[in-house]
Amino acid sequence: MKNRKFGWLRAAATSVAATALLAACTPGDGEQGEFVDIDRDPFPSSYTPLPSDTTLITGATVLDGMGGMIEGGSVLMEGGKLVAIGTDIAAPDGATVIDAAGRWVTPGIIDVHSHLGVYPSPGVQSHSDGNEVGDPVTADAWAEHALWPQDPGFIRAAAGGITSLQLLPGSANLVGGRSVTIKNVPGRVSQDMKFPGAPYGMKMACGENPKRVYGDGSRGGDFRPHTRMGNVAGYRQAWADAQEYQRRWDKYERDYKAGKDVLPPARDLNLDTLAGVLRGDILVHMHCYRADDMGTMLDVMKEFDYHIASFQHAVESYKIADKLAEDNVCSAMWADWYGFKMEAYDGIRENIPFVHKAGACAIVHSDSASGIQRLNQEAAKALADGRKAGVDISKAVAWTWLSLNPAKSLGVADKTGTLEPGKDADVVLWSGDPFSVYTKADLTFVDGAVIFDRNNPDRNPVMDFELGQPGEGDVK
Amino acid sequence: MRKFISIAALASTTFIAAAFTGSVSAEDIAITGGRAFTNGGSGEVENATILVSGGKVTSVASGGAVPDGYRVIDASGKWVTAGFMAADTTLGLSEVALSGGIVDASAPKEKNVVGISVVPAYNPASVFIANTRIEGVTRAMTRMTNTGDMFLGLGAIVKMTDRDAIVQDKAFLVLDLDEGSANEVGGSRAVLWHKLNDTFQSAKDKMDKADGDKKDAKRPSANDMAFKAVLSGDMPVYAIVNRKADIEQLIAFQKRFGLRVILGGGGEAWMLADMLAAAGISVVLDPTANLPGNFDVLARTSAAAGRLHAAGVKVAFIPPGTPNARLVVQNAGIAVSMGMPWEAAMDALTVNAAEIFGVADSYGKIAPGMDADIVVWDGDPLEVMSSPDAVLIAGDDIPLVSRATKLRDRYKDLDRAPAFDR
Repeated sequence: MKNRKFGWLRAAATSVAATALLAACTPGDGEQGEFVDIDRDPFPSSYTPLPSDTTLITGATVLDGMGGMIEGGSVLMEGGKLVAIGTDIAAPDGATVIDAAGRWVTPGIIDVHSHLGVYPSPGVQSHSDGNEVGDPVTADAWAEHALWPQDPGFIRAAAGGITSLQLLPGSANLVGGRSVTIKNVPGRVSQDMKFPGAPYGMKMACGENPKRVYGDGSRGGDFRPHTRMGNVAGYRQAWADAQEYQRRWDKYERDYKAGKDVLPPARDLNLDTLAGVLRGDILVHMHCYRADDMGTMLDVMKEFDYHIASFQHAVESYKIADKLAEDNVCSAMWADWYGFKMEAYDGIRENIPFVHKAGACAIVHSDSASGIQRLNQEAAKALADGRKAGVDISKAVAWTWLSLNPAKSLGVADKTGTLEPGKDADVVLWSGDPFSVYTKADLTFVDGAVIFDRNNPDRNPVMDFELGQPGEGDVK
Repeated sequence: MRKFISIAALASTTFIAAAFTGSVSAEDIAITGGRAFTNGGSGEVENATILVSGGKVTSVASGGAVPDGYRVIDASGKWVTAGFMAADTTLGLSEVALSGGIVDASAPKEKNVVGISVVPAYNPASVFIANTRIEGVTRAMTRMTNTGDMFLGLGAIVKMTDRDAIVQDKAFLVLDLDEGSANEVGGSRAVLWHKLNDTFQSAKDKMDKADGDKKDAKRPSANDMAFKAVLSGDMPVYAIVNRKADIEQLIAFQKRFGLRVILGGGGEAWMLADMLAAAGISVVLDPTANLPGNFDVLARTSAAAGRLHAAGVKVAFIPPGTPNARLVVQNAGIAVSMGMPWEAAMDALTVNAAEIFGVADSYGKIAPGMDADIVVWDGDPLEVMSSPDAVLIAGDDIPLVSRATKLRDRYKDLDRAPAFDR
C-alpha cells in the first residue's frame, strides 16, 4: 500500500563509491556533481543500556503481555534481554534471584502520549516548549529538540512502571511536528534516551485546538484555520505539497541516474517530514476526539495514501470502533477523562473496552505527567467498566492496552511490549495485582537494568533540578 | 409529525419528573446485610440493617429487623458507606469549561467579590452532577476559581440532587494566596500579604466601630457581612496556598485575626504538619500532586496526606477536576497506597470533609438523624475496580443513570445510526 519506490533514499548513497557507480552507468558526456542525499537520521540515538545483572524473578503471577497469564511464573533476564519466561527456570550461575511470591510481573508500560521533557516540571513559561505556534503546519519542529532530560516527571513515570514513551509536540497546530520515542532512562542529552531503531512519529491535530489557536484573531486575520473546514483544507494542502516535493526529489534521482548534471530540489524541512510520512517511514499520531473528525481523517488518509498509526484521545472511538478496526487505526485513550471541552463532552468510561470489543486496537495513554504514573489503574478502571457493560475481558488481555498495542502503534513491537525471549528486558515487578489502587511498582527494569527501586529510594535517580531543593530525594 | 413530537415530549417529561431527586417525600428504605462503615472508615457494622425514613437515617443495627412497608435494598456481600464528598470543585458552576460558553466559576473582571455567593449561579442540571453521584460521590464543595482579586467569593456545600441541592450557602470565604494571585494583586507576594492584612485590619476596625456605635444603623454591605462572619469565627476562610514560607504567613495571619482557616492545595503543607495541627488548620489536598509544577510546590509528594494525618491534621481530598469529581475516590485510594491508613482516607471522604466545611450535623456518618446519603458498593470502595450498586442521597434512591450511561447504552452495539433506535 505504501509507496516504496523511494526507499533508496534511505540508504546513504553519498559515498564516493556509490557516486562512482552511478557515474559509471552514465552515457552522457557531461560531468555530474556529487549526488545529494538527505540524511534521515541527523540526531542519532546514543542510548546505551545501563549495566544490568542477570536476574531471575520467580514465583510471580506473570502477564506475558500477549494475553497469557502464568501463575507461579518465572522471568529470566540476561544481557539486557529476556531469555526465558515460564514456570521452572533454573537460575544461571551468579544470577540475582528475586522471590516474587504474591507479586505480579508484566511487560513495562509504554505511554504513547507524553509531553514530559517538552512541557517539563516546573511548568514555568521558560519551559513551555511543546507547541510551535505561529504556523499551523510545523512538521519541521522536532520534539527531541525541546526534550529536557532533567524533567523530574521521568522518574515519577518510572515509579509507575513506564519503560518507554513517545514524547509528542502539542496539539495547537494541524501538524505539530515530529515525536520521539524514548527509553525511560536518565540521559545527559536527548539522544541518550532515544529508543534505538524506533521510527519517528508525527503529531497532527483535529478539531478545536488548531481552530481556536489560529481562529481567535490574535495572530491576525491571515492565519487559517478558523473552522473544521479550514483544518481539513490545511491537512490536504500540506499533503498535496508533500506529494509535489517528493515528485521533485524523485525526478532529481531519475535525471541523475540518467546521467544528467542536475541540481537537487531545495530542501524544505517541513516537507521533508511530511514526505517521510507518505513514504511510510514516519508514523502519524493524530489528536482527534470526535467520531466525525476521525471519519473525515480516515478518508484524507486514503486520499493521500498514508497511514494513521493512532488517533490520540479518541474520546468518541466507541461510536466508530468498527470503522477503526477495518482501517487498522489504533485509538490511544484515557479511561475516563471527558467534559473539559465540547469535543470531549461525549466521553464514556467504556470507550476502551468498547473499542477492544470491536476488534480495534485499544491503547491506554496519559497525556499527563500525573496520569502517566498510574496507567495500570486507568486500565483497571476501563476493564471494570467494560465488564459491567458486558464485555468479558481478562486482566491478561487488558494488559495489551498498556504495552503490546502501544508498541505496535510506535513501530517497536519487535523489540519490546511483551515478555518474549529475545526482546528487550523492559519489565515491571509489581507489589501485587497491578489492577489494584494499592499496588505499586517495586522494581522497574529497562533493558534488564533497574531504573526504579521502591524499596531502596536512595538508589533512585534525582534530577539535576531537584538537587539542593526542598523535597530532594523524598518518596514521591 | 407535530402530534408525534408532543407525545414524545410528554413521555420524556414524565420520565424526567420520575428521575428528579431531592424531594422531601422520600420513601422508607431498608439496606440490609452489608458490611457498613458508619463513621468514615470506622464504626464497622456487620450484617447491617440501615433504616431510612423521611430522608434521614433512623436506625443502624447489626441484623436489625425490617419494619413493614420498607423497601429492601439487599447489600449482602457488599460494602456500605456514607456518600462521599469531593472537597474542592466547581460543580454546578461550569459546564464545558473551554470555549463552551459561560463559566460561572470564573469572574476575571470582577474585583469586588468578598461578599458574593456562588449559589445563584449553581446549576443542579449540569451533566457532571449525575455522572458524579452515580459513582458514590453525593456531596461537594463548590466555589469560584478565578476573579480579578485575591478573594474568590463565598463557596457552598451542595448535595448531588436535582432539587434542594444547597446544603450550606456562604459556607466559606475563598482566598487565593498563591503565586498566580500575587501576580494579579500588585505582582509580588510582598504586596499580596500587605494588602491581605491591611484589608482584614480595616474590616475589623470597621466592625468594631459599628459594634460600638449603634447609631450607625446603615445596612451593612455584603462585603461587610462576609468579613464580620469570618472575623467572628462563624465562617471559615478557605485559603489556597502551597509554598512552605507562604503557609507560615498564613498561620501568622490566622493568629493575628483569630480566624478559622482551611488550607486548600497545601503543596508543601506536610513540612509544617505539626504547626498546622497546633493551629487547628485542616488541609484539603490532591494526593496525586507530586511534581514540582512550579517554585511554590517543589516539595510536593503523594505521601503528604499520610504525613499530615499522622501529625493530627484533618485532611480532605481534591478530585482531579470537576467533570471527574467522582475520582476523588481513586485519589483516596492513592493516598492509602502512599502511606495513609485506609480508615483515615475514608474519614477524609466523609466525616472530615463534613467537619471541615461545617455540615457535620447532617452529613458524614450513617447514624440516626443524619441525612441518608448511603452508598452500596460491590467491593472495597477505594478500589479502582469497585463501583456502586445503589446510591441514596438524602433518602432518595438515585437511578444509576446519567448522560454518560445513556451514551454507553446507545453505542453498546454499533448501529448505522443509533439516534433513530431509541
